Amino acid sequence: MAFVNPKKKEVQVKIVYYGPGRGGKTTNLEFIYDKFSSRIKTEMVTIKTHGDRTLFFDFLPFDIGKVNGYDVKIQLYTVPGQVKYNATRRLVLRGVDGMVFVADAMAVRREKNILSLKNLQENLANYKRSIFKIPMVLQYNKVDLAEQGIPILPIETLEQDLNSKLKTASFPASALVGTNVVATLKKIISLTMASIVKDLT
Amino acid sequence: MSYMLGQEQLDGIENVLQRDLIDIGVGCVFLIDMAGNIIANRDNGESRHDVYSLAALAAGNFGAVSAMAKIIGEGEFSLLFHKGKKENIHFNKIISEFLMITIFSNDISLGFLRLKVNEAVEKIKNALGAIDVP
Repeated sequence: MAFVNPKKKEVQVKIVYYGPGRGGKTTNLEFIYDKFSSRIKTEMVTIKTHGDRTLFFDFLPFDIGKVNGYDVKIQLYTVPGQVKYNATRRLVLRGVDGMVFVADAMAVRREKNILSLKNLQENLANYKRSIFKIPMVLQYNKVDLAEQGIPILPIETLEQDLNSKLKTASFPASALVGTNVVATLKKIISLTMASIVKDLT
Repeated sequence: MSYMLGQEQLDGIENVLQRDLIDIGVGCVFLIDMAGNIIANRDNGESRHDVYSLAALAAGNFGAVSAMAKIIGEGEFSLLFHKGKKENIHFNKIISEFLMITIFSNDISLGFLRLKVNEAVEKIKNALGAIDVP
């Protein structure tokens, strides 16, 4: 539900990072915050529990400059991944314009990824939104762990599990070192902006 | 899933925020939608709050409180107000999709603020007219 302000010549866009708990959603935002600190004027907002897990959401506002004469303000959010926080996950999804699904590429997390994507579909349906229509990018995080001998799912398996119906852009990534974090962000911004421009014309 | 307000509507809303709230001594006021976007904001020139973060948190906070209300069988809590030592925050729903957040000091009483907020809300409803938020 992007809001266009013709008076200020400004568009506000909401992008939500979704996925299973401990998958790297917050780490994505932390990397972006460090990388683009000169462009981000405010502190990143995080609501965490004592155990450093996201309790409600993280929030990072981000200016990307002008598109068609309008200042575009991207608002990045994460959701809490743990199953028990579904009520808060649903709240964060309200009015979302674009989604990044951060899957955990570790072999032991295969089932959790599938369940989380199904949960996203249900929560979007609650707002009468279709997972197949909303701009979305998949990120297969933690692929760098293979170097440490940790079993990682092959990309083909992840694609089969998560992207066989969505058929959207996907990136193998490492949020901790930053591999493909920016590529993921650029892709979701461009898909979302295209969708908003189409919506308004 | 995008929407916009016209220049006239935004002018009307900002005039109400300025005259009915900032001019009586409110520090900062903003109108947001439930997704956390800022529709309009006004301040007294001294307030230096990060309104974008405040808007995101306010929308989340209001959503959480509404969900709690439903769990205990209330449709909604009519008053949502946080009291601080110097600054206070007051939340007011305007139709189903918008919230007005007012930040004010102890120089203004809560009763007087609520009276002025209610007047402003009615004027903003008129300015919004039959807006269609997706």
